[in-house]
Amino acid sequence: MVRIQEADFDVGVELAALRRENPRVGAVASFVGIVRDANEGSDVSELTLEHYPGMTETALAAIVDEARERWAIIDALVIHRVGRLLPTDQIVLVAVSSAHRGEAFAACEFIMDYLKTQAPFWKREVTAEGARWVDARAADDQAAERWRRPDR
Amino acid sequence: MLKILYFASLRERIGQAGEELELPAGVADVAGLIAFLAGRGGAWESLATARNLRYAVNQQVVTRAAPVRPGDEVAFFPPVTGG
Repeated sequence: MVRIQEADFDVGVELAALRRENPRVGAVASFVGIVRDANEGSDVSELTLEHYPGMTETALAAIVDEARERWAIIDALVIHRVGRLLPTDQIVLVAVSSAHRGEAFAACEFIMDYLKTQAPFWKREVTAEGARWVDARAADDQAAERWRRPDR
Repeated sequence: MLKILYFASLRERIGQAGEELELPAGVADVAGLIAFLAGRGGAWESLATARNLRYAVNQQVVTRAAPVRPGDEVAFFPPVTGG
């Protein structure tokens, strides 16, 4: 399931809903992304996340579908916030349930790495030096590249 | 008609989030549309000069060679930075 929202989320509630007391679930792996108060040497006082409504949901659903194709996972959840956020606020939750931990860990990391490089979100941060759009990082491209399969 | 969308730094530079226009004569693909829009001059030239400009047709990321047809939604944006 994929959700784009301005509101905050409760990780405990979301993980419980993902499991739904399904006795086949033996592992849940999750990642929470959080707003930091510094980036590239500047103090960051706030962040605004813009996205491409429609394409965002489609792109995230495609990433989750690919994770399902690669690993035997039971369920997956992606929540991404948009709008104005402050340091220490939660930005994103990726959670995956599976029978065993290996699939949950791998699929969770894969979804996050692909989200970073393929889902149409853009961050604009306010720093002491003024507002600026955040530049894409080569390290994120490299992280996504690790998952690329040579046959595709 | 074409629906064109601009996002993030590109939207700010151009000063609008999107527009609708008739498919210009002679434009058949994304590269042609970029050349047409950049030909307006001023901030529009950044479509031709921007580093790592990304494009989507009907909400799918495509290359510059992708065809553009009447009724399509074409989006231009910088590399994504979510998560």
